[in-house]
Amino acid sequence: MAPEAEEREIILEARNLRKEFGGLVAVDDVSIQIRARTLHSIIGPNGAGKTTLFNLLSGTMPPTRGSVFFKGRDITHLPPHRIAHLGLGRTFQITNIFPNLTVLENVRLGAQAMGRHNLRLLTHSDKYTQYLDQAEQVIAQVGLRGREHMLAANLPHGDKRKLELGIMLAGNFEVLLLDEPTAGMSSEQVPALLEIIHNILTSGNRTIVLVEHRMDMVMSISDFITVMHQGRVLAEGTPREIASNELVQSAYLGALYGDLTAQAEK
Amino acid sequence: MASQSKSPKRFAALDSLLQGLKRSRGSLLVLAVLILFPFVFARITGTSVNEGPAKYWQGQFIAVFIMAIFAMSYDLLLGYTGILTFGHAAFFGGGAYTMALFLTHVAPRFVKTYRVSLPGGLDVTEPSAFLLAILLVVVVSLVLGLLFSIVSVRVKGVYFAIITLAMAEAIHILSKATDFVKWTGADEGLHGVPVPAWINPTQYRLRFYFIALAFAVVMYWLARRIVNSPTGRIFVALRENESRARMIGYNPALYRTIAFVVSALIAGLAGALFSVWTVSATPSMTSAVTTVNALIMTILGGMGTLVGPMLGAAVLEFFGQFLYQWFGARWPLVFGIIFIVLVMFLPYGIVGTWRLRSAQWKRRWSLRKQRAAAQE
Ligand SMILES: Nc1ncnc2c1ncn2[C@@H]1O[C@H](COP(=O)(O)OP(=O)(O)O)[C@@H](O)[C@H]1O
Ligand SMILES: [Mg+2]
Repeated sequence: MAPEAEEREIILEARNLRKEFGGLVAVDDVSIQIRARTLHSIIGPNGAGKTTLFNLLSGTMPPTRGSVFFKGRDITHLPPHRIAHLGLGRTFQITNIFPNLTVLENVRLGAQAMGRHNLRLLTHSDKYTQYLDQAEQVIAQVGLRGREHMLAANLPHGDKRKLELGIMLAGNFEVLLLDEPTAGMSSEQVPALLEIIHNILTSGNRTIVLVEHRMDMVMSISDFITVMHQGRVLAEGTPREIASNELVQSAYLGALYGDLTAQAEK
Repeated sequence: MASQSKSPKRFAALDSLLQGLKRSRGSLLVLAVLILFPFVFARITGTSVNEGPAKYWQGQFIAVFIMAIFAMSYDLLLGYTGILTFGHAAFFGGGAYTMALFLTHVAPRFVKTYRVSLPGGLDVTEPSAFLLAILLVVVVSLVLGLLFSIVSVRVKGVYFAIITLAMAEAIHILSKATDFVKWTGADEGLHGVPVPAWINPTQYRLRFYFIALAFAVVMYWLARRIVNSPTGRIFVALRENESRARMIGYNPALYRTIAFVVSALIAGLAGALFSVWTVSATPSMTSAVTTVNALIMTILGGMGTLVGPMLGAAVLEFFGQFLYQWFGARWPLVFGIIFIVLVMFLPYGIVGTWRLRSAQWKRRWSLRKQRAAAQE
């Protein structure tokens, strides 16, 4: 964990966010502050509202109430593609890639999106080698080298998760919202992905907001943790604070994840 | 790569040209065959290139060229951008009616009232009127394309398909409306449209053959450029996964609009050329049957390819002729059954299935070679 993390400026902020689905309140008065160049994890049991919170932050869904600020700007009512261009990107809990395109084209599309050549109708896209180069670089970074020309749909599940991460990395997003990037992966595959995420954080100017179920992973790589429960924020703090939080422990974490204090000490 | 950088710079352009030719050698071969066809046919049958069966078959090909481009424009939406519409006849018929109406009602007055001449004194009044007609077709197609794309922002999927059907049907009804019989000929349509003499399809059949072929080549070239361009790649991204595309920063509405406008433009020009070819504009050109034809040609030839729908157009036209000789007016029924069987055995169309299979065979072939090498 970065020692001076607590002094960094706030890059993404939610104020009193609320989302109702019919009678169900999925996100209930959530305020959260994400500091630049930190890894901020959001944990909580299934149905706590984590994915819905991501949907609100990224503009995928409009909130019932409340607002979202990105780099000091109110982005609550911006469409997702505008939010993406400001530098806020996300991955999905369910793998979300371009299935019938090659790995290279998937990532290249991510790189092209942020460039200024999207309205070139008559030039071959291969002429813009900068996007190809960037795609190749990112493919190496996420460990998919040698699979550039495979169709995304034919990748094994773990590699699909890496590919989605790659698409986002190619887009040079300042803030990445990662929704359970290890979902569906076998435990042997997890460390490699963890390493990639760690590299993303240390190599660039990036901020990561992570929803993750694997507590050992969360405890070891997070700067901050927010615990959600039934749509509300239950607790917030450094991994150590969370691990020793009586409320969190007694509410459910102890039962769910075992003794966290030991893991946080590591 | 290495050999390229070694070669002198002034050859770079030539080099890339040669590579481009090599890549398109299939299309170039087909083009060569089509250019030679009228002459070879006349030679083989021992008839004149300007009459009899040669003239007849040129006519068959002209219709195929035009329908091929129409079907190709449909696949830009369906196969590339992933938009299902049942309104494509609106673009085709819109282009046809714009051309026919202009040539029938406006051009004669234009020619009477104005004199357009080049600085040298050459009178170009008639060509100017024709050029104006084409420009008008372009404008009308753009407007229609925009209209459809505006609706596509609000409504999605099957609902959108149904609304496009309704929109095209509205135009169809308009083209048949007795209120405008003086202008459009209502049910009868417009016939004997006064097309410019130099392009008269009966008198100058061979010339028209090459005009239609040139039109097809240019439109195909344009479409190929577009689908390979950065914008074209975004079309495909939208087809594959719209929400992912949006989340990495592409505005779906913008690129769908571009796809619609391009597709409408190509379809509209095809319709305009068709009206010149048939010297007519009839309600059948705006009818749902026209759209369904494009859909069948696309599925038959292969969705998501440009060549597929064009091949599909050729198959439908020629095979349709053949079936008509055998089954008369009931040929669509027979074709329907054949179509169902074809779709079952060629799920990706002729071109799509061919590409898939040939890739599989290639892979198997190289695997076998590797194994053989390993055993030695
Ligand atoms: N689109 C939706 N429509 C209706 N209910 C939803 C929708 N999305 C999520 N929910 C409900 O909101 C609650 C929070 O879900 P979610 O945000 O997916 O939780 P988490 O990601 O923490 O598991 C759940 O009860 C879920 O059923
Ligand atoms: Mg979730």
